[in-house]
Amino acid sequence: MRSLFRTIDRSDLRDAVALAAAVGVVGMSYGALAAAAGVPPAIAIGMSVIVLAGASQFLVVAVIAAGGSPIAAVLGGLLLNARHLPYGLAMSGVVADRWPGKLLGAHLLIDEVVAFARARGSGPRARGAYWVCGLALASFWLFGTVVGLLAGAAVPDPSLFGVDAAFPAALLALVMPGLKGADARRVGLAAAVIALAATPWLPPGLPVLLGMLGLLAAGGREPSEVAR
Amino acid sequence: MTWTAVLALAGGTYLLRLAGLLLRDRVTVPARVERYLDLGATALLVALLAIAALTEAGGFAGWARSAGVAVGAVLAWRRVPFVLVVVLAAASTAGLRMLGVP
Repeated sequence: MRSLFRTIDRSDLRDAVALAAAVGVVGMSYGALAAAAGVPPAIAIGMSVIVLAGASQFLVVAVIAAGGSPIAAVLGGLLLNARHLPYGLAMSGVVADRWPGKLLGAHLLIDEVVAFARARGSGPRARGAYWVCGLALASFWLFGTVVGLLAGAAVPDPSLFGVDAAFPAALLALVMPGLKGADARRVGLAAAVIALAATPWLPPGLPVLLGMLGLLAAGGREPSEVAR
Repeated sequence: MTWTAVLALAGGTYLLRLAGLLLRDRVTVPARVERYLDLGATALLVALLAIAALTEAGGFAGWARSAGVAVGAVLAWRRVPFVLVVVLAAASTAGLRMLGVP
């Protein structure tokens, strides 16, 4: 572990903290919403520790606020989080080599963390970036949740600061280096078109999964041939 | 009642996360399949960011957010440092909202 953190690039640390700060702001709005919805603080904080998946936590709070069924909240949340399985398939070599590392690292498999690590390849630097970004996001998410619960209605709407634009912009910046290959660009474009077309009609989570149909645009060639 | 739901969601989410990591170790896949697994992550991330950039609750997210993300896209393409991309995208959206753009 010590050798892992010795390989951390200074600029990677800075970028991870910047991303985590934005996550903290969203965590604050999650905490404030949970407080307003009458979600017990222990539940709101517990979710930020053991679920650690923003969109599904917001969904649970919304369902509780609306007096909906907990089963619907769980199923909706799991549908939102189903994309983590294919993330794991792609990230296994980056997260850790052995068991304990994989068991711990699995919990940090978060959209932004996956994108953050992938922007740094698949070697030691990517692994360090994965853990630093994951731990930073998890801590700031928890910290934001607690602050939001305490401050309640005093937390301003994060859209005032444009935080809702910060996340897609960050993901885009992180994904962009991976779009160098023509096949990746075709897959990305198709995935975006399919997901956007499906969004008005399907429950949240499903359109992102359908985006994987973008793989049909990959073509049969190996990446090396595409580069040539 | 609510704790049961939270534990079910947490357990299910963790298993989804772990399953991919462990499955990938169990099976040796040819390079061709490995390429698809890799491109699959790209597909998911791009689909996710497109939805986050342009939609809100199944409808259009509004011009302020879309324009902010577009600013971020141009900056990222010009290889502006990551922190600036994120901050300037958010600031553009915030500024547009202050001017009354939805």
